[in-house]
Amino acid sequence: MEVISRRKILTMLGAAPLAGALLAQASEDQHAAHQEQGEKRDWADLSPRQTLQQHFFPNVPLRTHENKEVRFYDDLIKDKIVTINMMYTNCKDLCPMLTANLARVHKLLGEHGRRIGRDIHMYSISLDPEHDTPKVLKQYVKVQKVGPGWTFLTGAPKDIEFLRRSLGYEDPIPWRDKNKENHAGMVRYGNEPLTRWAMLQGMAKPKLIVELIESSVFA
Amino acid sequence: MHLLKYVLDKRALAALRRRQEIVKAGLSRRDLIKLGLLTSTGMLIKEFRPPDAWAQFGGGGGGGGDFQGFRLCNSPATTPFMEQMPIPPVNVATVLSPAPQAAPNTAAGEGRTLTHQAFNTFPFQKQYAVTQKPGTAVMHPQLPTQDIWGFAAGTPSTAGNPTAPGVTYVAKYGEPILVRNYNQLPAANGGFGLNSVTTHLHNGHTPAESDGGPCMFFGTNKFYDHHYPNVLAGVLSTHQAQGGDINEAMSSLWYHDHRVDFTAQNVYKGLHGHYLLFNQFDTGDEGTGFRLPSYPQFDIPITFNDKCFDPQTGKLFFDLNNIAGILGDKFLANGKIQPFFPVAARRYRFRCLNTGPSRFVQFFLTKVGDPTSTQKPKMWQISNDGNLLPKPVLVNSFRMGVAERVDVVIDFTGFSGQSFYFENRLKQTDGRGADGGQVLGAGQGINQMRFDVGAPAPDGSADPATQKFYALPSTTATPRITRTFEFSIGQGSQWTINDQLMDCTDTRFRVQKNSVERWRLINNANGGFWWHPIHIHFEEHQVLSIDGHAPSATELIQNGRKDVLRLEAGTTVDLFFRFRDFQGSYPMHCHNVVHEDHAMLLIFDIAATGDNQTRP
Repeated sequence: MEVISRRKILTMLGAAPLAGALLAQASEDQHAAHQEQGEKRDWADLSPRQTLQQHFFPNVPLRTHENKEVRFYDDLIKDKIVTINMMYTNCKDLCPMLTANLARVHKLLGEHGRRIGRDIHMYSISLDPEHDTPKVLKQYVKVQKVGPGWTFLTGAPKDIEFLRRSLGYEDPIPWRDKNKENHAGMVRYGNEPLTRWAMLQGMAKPKLIVELIESSVFA
Repeated sequence: MHLLKYVLDKRALAALRRRQEIVKAGLSRRDLIKLGLLTSTGMLIKEFRPPDAWAQFGGGGGGGGDFQGFRLCNSPATTPFMEQMPIPPVNVATVLSPAPQAAPNTAAGEGRTLTHQAFNTFPFQKQYAVTQKPGTAVMHPQLPTQDIWGFAAGTPSTAGNPTAPGVTYVAKYGEPILVRNYNQLPAANGGFGLNSVTTHLHNGHTPAESDGGPCMFFGTNKFYDHHYPNVLAGVLSTHQAQGGDINEAMSSLWYHDHRVDFTAQNVYKGLHGHYLLFNQFDTGDEGTGFRLPSYPQFDIPITFNDKCFDPQTGKLFFDLNNIAGILGDKFLANGKIQPFFPVAARRYRFRCLNTGPSRFVQFFLTKVGDPTSTQKPKMWQISNDGNLLPKPVLVNSFRMGVAERVDVVIDFTGFSGQSFYFENRLKQTDGRGADGGQVLGAGQGINQMRFDVGAPAPDGSADPATQKFYALPSTTATPRITRTFEFSIGQGSQWTINDQLMDCTDTRFRVQKNSVERWRLINNANGGFWWHPIHIHFEEHQVLSIDGHAPSATELIQNGRKDVLRLEAGTTVDLFFRFRDFQGSYPMHCHNVVHEDHAMLLIFDIAATGDNQTRP
């Protein structure tokens, strides 16, 4: 953890708010000037789906555990109902439990008549892409007895990092953010065409997880 | 379930130990603050961090103040104070068809599943219809017209364009009402929101089936009858002869969507409104009772919140993938960005409510053009969470976490021709909480709205310096049980309460109806200094102690009767409860609605017999 000197703290406490206020004032002044000139703004005509895609679902290239290249938005998200979680094969404690819990969810969804890989897609994205090659993920799928229609994904570290942050697997505290295990608990779930997205606790009871998915993202 | 046991984070343990070492070393709070090691609210400065360099949505924004930080939005610039603050419309009574009934009217399309427990005990005297539907709103004239969801008066066939805040209820103690709540929300949500809803009356003394708990949601094209008895706590138990304990009277409530996993989105989209509750003392007429400023001319409900707008489309934007807490960079009052509000030079009552989604606010009156001036109207805090204090307290400022309400009386007498801001000076750079409670200098915060003082007007309201309201109910009764709840962040950033995760399908513990309990709430700050506004449904509590000290009754008031506790980082708070009159399932949860949706929440039962779990 970084140690910050008292002087530095005082500098930050003193100077930052003033700078912020000045910037804001400048922005307001500038804006008022535009206003007086009767400026009309042209707003972009983007659909809610397009807005969400831009903010949250980058079309980065990824590789599946079957070593197939896919694009995140085009191939995995678009027109689909999905669950997404993050994990890594070297995570000894939480990730195996999470995968086991989601395997129960997989089974329960099946019992509800949902076809995994068609009606709903399950994705697990590696937080450790350098180690988790498609081959390593394939082995993990085998050992963890992961059911069909559930895809494990890896990719270039910079793409994975961008994807992680876009999907909200990040923490405002830098030292917490650096710990991969902090990002391996929550499950994002959603219905892309209906722009319905939420997040649930991956270790919640499978019955609850299935109820939340059924009542929230299936139209 | 052994899988759900978590260990305390090592760093949190280290932080706690550091704190204990300092205490052992005999350094006083004052010493520590002087040394720069502790902030005024007790946060060790070692955890202070500079604003995060990375912010996906830019940073800054046109709102003003030092608000750079984590995942901030980057809304288009807007000129402040262009429009007048509106006051939401009031609902009027109607006659419902089919007539309301105790059992769920499933055949007619009711989504309720439980029978009203007090339908015959407190027969409704008035009926209201309200419809949740999509609509449009102008939040600022320089932004495009916004698509909202809101509560509009009337049935689906009579309801007009909804507003956000939605229609206000003006209710009276002793006059039970029934609200038929129609869900006409569409599947197309415009980017966020879910058309499966449950409406919570925060914090009515309401039977569980009408409370609007997170897991009692109902679908579109259905309705739900809420029975609001409008009774004082104790009415069926400790104070039967008196018709309830008058010292438990509440004044300023609100209602909002509470749908599990989607509360933040749905409230942000506009599904919230005010619910005012009058009685023989708080009459709404300044000529009678406590002589508080008359409703509606001089008694004004104000909803405060902050929002983001997409810089390209100018449309309301919700950061779906932010799980720390969402901070907007546009600041609204009653649905308008930075509005002005004309007042006469006399006393007003403002019923302030913070609907978040995540921000803590602390409002000061600041003179326009002269921020450090001390020549400004007197401000009296008269309530805490909408419940009148024993007497008005003269304050410089008041603080509200999400869902907290504060009523103030401001005396504009003698200030004709001048203007004053409600300036939020509480610094906050990310969704975790206010930055150690740091208050910015006058003029460096956010001017959320402006009061423009006009000519004097007759004022029949009482001088707050002479007013007395209700005594605080006694807290000396011996609790049947003391329960401890530890709020934390567990493995994989999953929120926990006592190391357990949320569950809609089960209740965590059972409170005995008509008993006294003491609850100890601990924010162990595991993993980094989060603040949590904790809301407990159904009964108002009183704070017995915060870290062993009595709650403040003067500035940043924490005493009085409350239903949201600002559980600041690293604190331990003891609460006194009486659970009276009704029964069923109620939740306790963090009301940073982003934390709530990710699921810092538990459900407990009130039943004929209680259990003895001390750490449920």
